[in-house]
Amino acid sequence: MQATDKREQLERFASAIRIETMAALGQLGFGHIGGCMSIVELLAVLYGGVMRYRPEDPGWPDRDWLVLSKGHAGPALYAALAVKGFFPLEELKTINQGGTRLPSHADRQRTPGVDISTGSLGQGFSSGLGAALGHRIDGRSNRVFIILGDGECQEGQIWEGALWGGNAALDNLVVFVDYNRQQLDGYVMDISPMEPFARKWESFGWHVQQVDGHDVIAVDRAIEEALDASGRSSVILLDTKKGYGCSLAEGKTMNHHMRFSKEEMDQAIHDWKIRCGEVAP
Amino acid sequence: MTAVRWDEKVMKDVYIEALLALAEEDSRIVVLNADLMNSDGTVKFAEAFPHRAVNVGVQEANMVGMAAGLAAVGKIPLAHTFACFHARRALDQAYMSGAYAGLPIKLVGTDPGITAAYNGGTHMPLEDVGVFRGIPDMLVVEVVDTVSMQSLLPQVVRSPQPAYLRISRKETETVYERGQDLNLGKGVVLRPGSDVTIAAAGLMTAESLRAADILAGRGISARVVHFHTVKPLDRELLADCARTTGAVVTAENHNINNGLGSAVAEVLGEECPVPLHRIGVQDRFGEVGSVEYLQKTFGMTAADVAAAAQTLYENL
Ligand SMILES: Cc1ncc(C[n+]2csc(CCOP(=O)(O)OP(=O)(O)O)c2C)c(N)n1
Repeated sequence: MQATDKREQLERFASAIRIETMAALGQLGFGHIGGCMSIVELLAVLYGGVMRYRPEDPGWPDRDWLVLSKGHAGPALYAALAVKGFFPLEELKTINQGGTRLPSHADRQRTPGVDISTGSLGQGFSSGLGAALGHRIDGRSNRVFIILGDGECQEGQIWEGALWGGNAALDNLVVFVDYNRQQLDGYVMDISPMEPFARKWESFGWHVQQVDGHDVIAVDRAIEEALDASGRSSVILLDTKKGYGCSLAEGKTMNHHMRFSKEEMDQAIHDWKIRCGEVAP
Repeated sequence: MTAVRWDEKVMKDVYIEALLALAEEDSRIVVLNADLMNSDGTVKFAEAFPHRAVNVGVQEANMVGMAAGLAAVGKIPLAHTFACFHARRALDQAYMSGAYAGLPIKLVGTDPGITAAYNGGTHMPLEDVGVFRGIPDMLVVEVVDTVSMQSLLPQVVRSPQPAYLRISRKETETVYERGQDLNLGKGVVLRPGSDVTIAAAGLMTAESLRAADILAGRGISARVVHFHTVKPLDRELLADCARTTGAVVTAENHNINNGLGSAVAEVLGEECPVPLHRIGVQDRFGEVGSVEYLQKTFGMTAADVAAAAQTLYENL
């Protein structure tokens, strides 16, 4: 495929994920909008070409595994899964409703396509390392992709995992850090700065890249390089913006968990459609 | 009829007011938080006392360990996070660095039980009371409304013991009169009654008062007792209630195992065995949904409490 075609295709997919996520949270009236928006392009690249999966058979033994360690971004993952046909798009309306298969945090026992339960920050990383190790022990070709938050990286468990994972040289693993510079209470820099972030990972033995997390082609290339880097565990720091593409969240300091009306969200969806050229201004 | 009503103020606002007042008086008070200052309101404490407040970031274990160190040098540290993370992510630090070491750390856990609502099962603490009840010396206190919080917070803070304070940060139903004084370790008879006792804590206290109304309509006189302190439990009051009413229903926003219901069962077994029924989450994990949905799903409504009390009473 031509690079331009690929960009267009991935961006279209990303846009669909973004819009479906905003619509679902909009009708709910609240949610973790900021951290959902910043991983949309990553989800589009993963589910739009990199990962091997079968929507009609979520438990397919040869599938790749996605671990959303920052589990509060569940709604964005559900939108990606729904667009790809793991369950009907309609079901996104049930997010957080009593009895739903789509709870606020990712849940392997409820949602088709979710392999690891997360919500308590830090834990998905270790579970993902274990899954990658298990696939390696069995000589299987499944790969594991783990998404961490930058605030999440303040957890000691992340650095326990980084130490082990860096030494373990897991070729079947790619870790992403959604480096959106914000956490719940504000800016990571003001609370517990992570810099020099890349050097920290390097010093733990990881193959490290840092790219624009909203540039689908840059993300795609970085994943390719990460998978090629044999004999090393790989991490990709994604420079992102919390709330990216959602006008009511992007650029705000307090955009972690927000309340909004459906009308406000509909406006934000409209703003996005103009911004990405889906509708004329 | 009961005097239960929704508080016009949100718990976290009143909590911070109370904490600020204490901190004015006592310079030893230090507030710790792990990236939830805007959720639980302690951001206001940080504004008022920037040098006595630390947001460590998303790292609960380090926070509770630091609290122990602060206590060791004479501070009164109040470490804040969601109750689930106190109970699950920093337990060893609370146990060893804190309680075992004889250091009076104060753990403030918000979003008790099903009030974690839309954060779902991963964030729903249904084991925290049991976990902290198992640690020697640890006080385990659950405030029910802003009045009980205002009365109990200073006692918890000034106690020489390590303490776990379970507290909602959202809207609460008030069961006490403004300014009412409570005593740490002492249960409170909220409503007299002679046929059956309902021993309640937290969110289930208001439900229990409503249950007593329902029961009154059926000619059953239910005594409602609020046990804000689960450890040490008011054994004397409980045994007296068991003796004089002959049956006990417990009602808690927690797994029925290891929480108030278990604490009550232990005392009844030793002091005055009577029929007992435990209302609460029946050994299940939490799940996502509104508080109302979860109350119905887990059998934690006033009607459930009333039905249990009626069955016990009728079978006496
Ligand atoms: C162990 C743990 N502590 C606290 C929380 C509450 N919490 C949820 S998200 C969040 C901030 C996370 O920041 P970051 O990882 O940067 O996520 P993002 O900004 O990408 O949404 C916090 C403190 C949690 N879910 N788990």
